[in-house]
Amino acid sequence: MSDRNGETAAGSAIRLDHVVKRYPGAERAAVDDVTLAVEPGEFIVLLGPSGCGKTTLLKMINRIHEPTGGSIHIDDIEIHDLPASALRRRIGYVIQQTGLFPHIRVEDNVATVPSLLKWDKSRIRRRVRELLELVGLPPDQYARRYPMQLSGGEQQRVGLARALAAEPTTMLMDEPFGALDAITRTRLQSELRRIHRQLGQTILFVTHDIDEAVRLADRIVVLREGRVVQFASPLEIVTAPADSFVADLVGADDVLRRMSLIPVASAAQGGLTGRSSDLEEISGSAFLRDAIGQMVETGADRLAVVDEDGRPVSELSLDDIHDAVGEHEPAADPTVSAGDQ
Amino acid sequence: MDTIESVLEFYRERSDQVLELTWNHVELSLLALGFATLIFVPLGVIFSRMTRGGSGWVGAIASIRVIPSLALVFLFYPVFGFGYEPALVALTVLAGPPLILNTYAGMRQVDASILEAARGVGMNPAQVFFKVHLPLALPVIVAGMRSASVEIFASATLASFIGVKTLGQYIITGISLLDTTYLLAGGLLIVALVLGAEAILGAVERLVRPPVA
Amino acid sequence: MDLRYLRENTDVIWEKTLEHLSLSLTALAIALPLALVLGILATRVRWLTTPVVSLVGVLYTIPSFAFMAFLIPTFGIGRQPALIILVTYAQVFLVRNVVAGLQSVDVSTLEAARGLGMNEFQLFRRVWLPLASPVIVAGIRTAFLAIIAIATLTGYINAGGLGEVMFAGINRAYPSQVLAGVIAVTALALAMDLVMRVLEQFTPVARARRAAS
Repeated sequence: MSDRNGETAAGSAIRLDHVVKRYPGAERAAVDDVTLAVEPGEFIVLLGPSGCGKTTLLKMINRIHEPTGGSIHIDDIEIHDLPASALRRRIGYVIQQTGLFPHIRVEDNVATVPSLLKWDKSRIRRRVRELLELVGLPPDQYARRYPMQLSGGEQQRVGLARALAAEPTTMLMDEPFGALDAITRTRLQSELRRIHRQLGQTILFVTHDIDEAVRLADRIVVLREGRVVQFASPLEIVTAPADSFVADLVGADDVLRRMSLIPVASAAQGGLTGRSSDLEEISGSAFLRDAIGQMVETGADRLAVVDEDGRPVSELSLDDIHDAVGEHEPAADPTVSAGDQ
Repeated sequence: MDTIESVLEFYRERSDQVLELTWNHVELSLLALGFATLIFVPLGVIFSRMTRGGSGWVGAIASIRVIPSLALVFLFYPVFGFGYEPALVALTVLAGPPLILNTYAGMRQVDASILEAARGVGMNPAQVFFKVHLPLALPVIVAGMRSASVEIFASATLASFIGVKTLGQYIITGISLLDTTYLLAGGLLIVALVLGAEAILGAVERLVRPPVA
Repeated sequence: MDLRYLRENTDVIWEKTLEHLSLSLTALAIALPLALVLGILATRVRWLTTPVVSLVGVLYTIPSFAFMAFLIPTFGIGRQPALIILVTYAQVFLVRNVVAGLQSVDVSTLEAARGLGMNEFQLFRRVWLPLASPVIVAGIRTAFLAIIAIATLTGYINAGGLGEVMFAGINRAYPSQVLAGVIAVTALALAMDLVMRVLEQFTPVARARRAAS
């Protein structure tokens, strides 16, 4: 794990080797021989139906659950070489039920780990304000409140700030937005992306929601019955599902559904031309479905794709969309899915 | 064990006296429970139907719980002197808090939509009360009677201090003589009575509880 | 109501009230740490939970005077035995609420605390105990009132306190003296109830709830 002298904490590399978790009396292993290598700073989503082992896998990394086999390394340190509490203080942890402490104020909740690490008071106070700003809760308004006085979305922002407090290089998030309404969820997803871009930690994020996975992930781990079925980028998962299980999960035979899962940036093939600046613009993080909508609405057959700062980076044509949705059609590969059924 | 042997011996030798004290204990307790039910259940019903102030009265009566039961038993001695009356009054008052709290809560917890439906099918107020409201509140009220009876059967023991010959008499004698047999003989019968009262009213409670789907 | 004794012997009543309070507080001071240890053990050591909770449940139904009767053969009479009786009986209320309080804390909150890197001691002191405190403090209040009540009874076994005043009045058939004891112990109980209710407002959870409402 990197030391914490720098202002921006980099991400950790995480390596899982043949990790197994078998609960006593259970028929099959909850996590069955999982091997994964996560690059520093990657946003990894663990995706799968309930009972697939994704939460168990996540919680073995901070030793809430202990693996029954295999090894887990964070930056070349085996996690069992550290005391559990020391390990956990270096890892941010966010859960769906927020787990905020109802009896202390928002500022004290956020200060939990720094105070465990015995930071001095003024440093803690500065850090808490900084974090509340970061997660979009003005400190003057929110620091002195109690968790019960906040909405679900605000509580989860506090949970995120608390997890980020000691500049962890790894974040574990267990369906953090699962209990929120759709609008709040979408807003928090894009803020989490922004925070991730800004701070660059490695994030492992559990969800059963494919839309959320595609929106957030650099790479997605699809799990089924404790095993990794596919570990690939969102685009690849959607356009080239490894088997019929993944294909069903992403709705591979439904063109509309796939268009709403493929980001514009990954489908655009046209380079910038002289007339790019005259075109209607679309954000690279929007989905093809949005692009089609915009084309139908404006009668255009090309759109200029812009990055987060609004700079044009490429062009998207109808053909590109056709290619993206259609090109991997054989990837819902009859040979693969037949073998699986 | 010797002690158990001697307690059984005690029961055998003095069976008439044991029966008499037990009966006195039960009679006093049941009378108190009866009076308390007649007084506090209607009061609880009335308070539950008051639009304001009801909960204040319930709270005031419930605060009797704070008074030590021995103090309550002795409270009426200066008024009535030794004997049955002060004991009966004290035990009746003692049963007030559980009865009134449960009656009030039981009446209040009945779903307003059920009562509205009852009126909707054309029941008059008396019919709504006796056919719908009271039966639905009854399990909670009976649970209150169960706690009240535990209190009463336990405290009837203390009535012996003001001259009523209940099972407390054996413990008082046991303390004066420092006699283990007396102490255990009295204590065990009292525990048996309390558990018996609790079991019987617990059974009644299950009986009046509407079947769960 | 004949208040002559109370008026003429204010100093005696005051002294006996302090004696009563000091016996009760001593008992609580011994009982509370013991109950915390027992309650924590019963919560953390899984095979202990059921036996401890059911034992406490059985003891709960035993009337205090019968409970005294069972302990006197072993411990005898006087202040020391009285203290043992009070401490033992208080366990019923205290252990019950310590266990209930600890079990009432949301497991996801505890998991979050562990996940943030608290060790078991920090978890306990910073999160678990504070969140359980409203239920535990409510148990302390009930236990304290029970102790004050039974400390009246232990006046009968020469443990001092206001019970002694009442029993002396009964023996002399002097109602005014009995009444003085009754009034003093009732006032003491009400005052301590109030003190404990005020203290309950200072638990962190109560403070957070107040802020939120």
